[in-house]
Amino acid sequence: MSSIKCECGHLNPEGTDICQNCGRPLSTEEKSKKLADMRYDGAAIRSKTHKRTVVDKIWNFFSSVKIGVSIIIAILVASAIGTILPQVFYIPGGGANEAQTARYYEDNYGIFGQIYNALGLSDLYGSWWFMTLVGMLGISLVVVSLDRGIPLYKSLKNQRIDRHPSFLKRQRLYGEGQVDDPDAVMKKAAEKLKSQRYNIREKNGAMLAEKGRWARWGPYVNHLGLILFLFGVMLRALPGFYVDESMWIREGETLAVKGAPGLYLENKGFTFDVYTQENTDEVFSEAIDRVGSVASNYQTDVALYETPEGELPGSTNADLVKEYSIVVNKPLKHEGFHIFQMDFKLDELSAMTFALENKETGESLGELTVNLDDPQKEYDLGNGAKVELLDYYPDFSGFEDGEPQTATPVPNNPAFLFKMITPEAPDGETSFVAIRQTLEPLGENTYKLAFQKADTRDVSGLTIRKDKTIPVIVLGGVIFMIGVVQGSYFNHRRFWIRKSDDGKIQVAGHTSKNWVALQRELDAVTEYAGLPAYTDQRDKEEQTDKPEGDSNS
Amino acid sequence: MNLVDLSGNLLFTAFIAYLVGTILFGGAVKGSKNEASASNKRWGRLGIIVTIIGFLAHLGYFITRWMASGHAPVSNMFEFTTAFGMLLVGAAILFYFLYQSPLVGLFALPIAIVILGYAAMFPRDIQPLIPALQSYWLTIHVITAALGEAILAISAVAGLIYLLKNIDMTKKSKERAWLEFFMYTIVLVLGFIVITVGFRAAGYEAAFDYVDKNGAQAEVVYHMPALFGMNEYSPKTEGTMQPLAEMPAIINAKTLTTFTWSIIAGTILYFLIRLITRRRIAELVKPLAVKANSQLMDEIGYRSVLIGFPVFTLGALIFAMIWAHEAWSRFWGWDPKEVWALITWLFYAAYLHLRLSRGWEGRKSAWLAVVGFAIIMFNLVAVNLVIAGLHSYA
Repeated sequence: MSSIKCECGHLNPEGTDICQNCGRPLSTEEKSKKLADMRYDGAAIRSKTHKRTVVDKIWNFFSSVKIGVSIIIAILVASAIGTILPQVFYIPGGGANEAQTARYYEDNYGIFGQIYNALGLSDLYGSWWFMTLVGMLGISLVVVSLDRGIPLYKSLKNQRIDRHPSFLKRQRLYGEGQVDDPDAVMKKAAEKLKSQRYNIREKNGAMLAEKGRWARWGPYVNHLGLILFLFGVMLRALPGFYVDESMWIREGETLAVKGAPGLYLENKGFTFDVYTQENTDEVFSEAIDRVGSVASNYQTDVALYETPEGELPGSTNADLVKEYSIVVNKPLKHEGFHIFQMDFKLDELSAMTFALENKETGESLGELTVNLDDPQKEYDLGNGAKVELLDYYPDFSGFEDGEPQTATPVPNNPAFLFKMITPEAPDGETSFVAIRQTLEPLGENTYKLAFQKADTRDVSGLTIRKDKTIPVIVLGGVIFMIGVVQGSYFNHRRFWIRKSDDGKIQVAGHTSKNWVALQRELDAVTEYAGLPAYTDQRDKEEQTDKPEGDSNS
Repeated sequence: MNLVDLSGNLLFTAFIAYLVGTILFGGAVKGSKNEASASNKRWGRLGIIVTIIGFLAHLGYFITRWMASGHAPVSNMFEFTTAFGMLLVGAAILFYFLYQSPLVGLFALPIAIVILGYAAMFPRDIQPLIPALQSYWLTIHVITAALGEAILAISAVAGLIYLLKNIDMTKKSKERAWLEFFMYTIVLVLGFIVITVGFRAAGYEAAFDYVDKNGAQAEVVYHMPALFGMNEYSPKTEGTMQPLAEMPAIINAKTLTTFTWSIIAGTILYFLIRLITRRRIAELVKPLAVKANSQLMDEIGYRSVLIGFPVFTLGALIFAMIWAHEAWSRFWGWDPKEVWALITWLFYAAYLHLRLSRGWEGRKSAWLAVVGFAIIMFNLVAVNLVIAGLHSYA
């Protein structure tokens, strides 16, 4: 690699804008500027110096801020498009069934919905191209941090105290002038700057006052945080790092917790409460009048059991771990598992009671109760009356080829095929009983099963989550916040003061941001020490717009 | 006087104080040759004192309402928007003390006033919290996010002043047209306020039965003449206007009606202003901005993004993720409101990179700041009211 020799004799790597030793401008571009480009203190960055191999080209692609911003904008626009219609995971069925999903978008959003779904925009955030964009952003973050961060670090670490006069002259804040006693002025300036908590270094009649250099690392720290965050998200794809299940559990039921082997959950009761005029404070009465009922609580009281260590899988021997009331915002937590209150169904049928009645006289031979969780084959009513349950359809959905069908195993619309054995009809009469519907498929019956009552219970919808990536994600978030605060709320400020033998003093100032505050500090030093007056070399009313693309980064 | 009444009166006091503050800041800017003159200081000081009084009254509203309801008053559209207005004024006060420029106050206060007016169009009664909101994260997440947005909004205020000063109003240009469009959208909000208050004063009400998107019967009450009817509507109130068109079930025809009425009223208002003054609105406001120091406005715009961005990240993304993890079982779920918070964040990240690395300062920066504010407002208004999601509480 070739290098550039500065007038001062220092050898700078190719691509350096400002001599890393004395501060003279080196590149022709830099020489043509009135003010020094202080972005990386003029240091050479890798992407400017290595341009030959394929690796260099890829590196340079990802290190470009232009590309980085383009990726950010692409993700931004894609994200916005994804909010136009609900994503598949928010529609009924959750997008599990492709045909059903397609129908949903077509039925609800017409031709636009059809196109939206066909283009894959209905599952945009899970699409390969969206993930590729996020991945590219991650690569860009790594590359850009190394590309700029390292040269900047070296440059600031090794900066020389006595920079060349031309370097000072090319700073935005600059002043020069004759003073009576340069040494006294320098001494007082140092005193004042020290009281402003500047770190002062002096050499050969030149002074460098610096503070807050660490603020310059802020962007690199926050990029590191983001990289960690994205890494944490990627970890989820590995088996065992992420559990996401949901289950329905009825009141009174004990079920194995999905995705959590060895854990059992008993639903001891579900509560659904609403705010009413009676149970709430008077201040809410107007709102309750206007809106009607407002939900106040969804709660599942549960008991959690765990099979002891060393027990065989499938063993029913389990110890009580704890009893807990799961409400929204307060999940049950155990061994990294979180169990959330997510959904509920009120009043699901649990049992139905019928009376065996003579159709003509209305006389009853007795009652039977069918427990829908555990339907019996036969119900003996005594005195020679007996009901056989030939078949049970929990979610009756109609007949197909004369056969009754059930849509789901959930008792939403139970139907039964009974055989009634009575003293009058000892061979039995067949009756098909559904809600508000009775069929007698094998001819006229003398008896019927008259519906008496139904027992119901509530069902809780719970979600089970375990996310081992959380610590990585939290760490990433914390580091990001530290970096962004470091870079945003603190400034790197520097003053260079230099005296020459003829009693002339030069003063120059630079800050990473917040020039007004820098000027205020310099004003105080100027007044106290009698420094020559300075000016802001960037004309106050100058249009600061540069034509697009002129600063290549 | 009970707490609720007290709270309402304090809010009204704040509203009046902001109006007076605007006039005083206007005096400060008008009566001065440049940003640092003496009369500017006198009027400016009066302006900031009145603004601070207004802000304290506003804070008083916030605290008393909190005491009355038992939860932070940020749980619905009225409460959130009012709190956002308060924080915007707070941010303007902060920047007054950082840079001693009355101009930021002069432009931030009217925007805060419009925001308060907009908030007042939503139901103001104190509502009990639904289960999803019963968490201390409501207080932490919402207030921090709103504070971040309010500080970021200051960059748009500074950007607006920059643009008003630097865009040539005498020549036709894209910039002039866009700036005028921005002014027009503010007038549209005023149109919304005028039309809502108008029909409310007239006591207009029209009820309809309709079939919602799940196929269930439902009832809706319009407070403006129905331009658009809900899906398979049938009128229940005698003698009211019949809808001009029926909408499919996925479109909320009531919201669309309100939106259309606001556009009609806002556009009429806009043309009335143009007709009476014979000037563009941007041109009318420009004299207030010409004394601005462009460099200072650029600096304020950048600084407010620097201060606001970390606060926004913390409130709208990090605290949001923590709460989502507690309430919805996942820290990120691509809910529209979440996505728009991410979009806002990405946008300001792009702003910072363009500024730092590609030298987008001055005019370009000012435009970006205005667009950022538009995104924040879109997230507040459209995402809550139009795009259905988990955050639709209003």
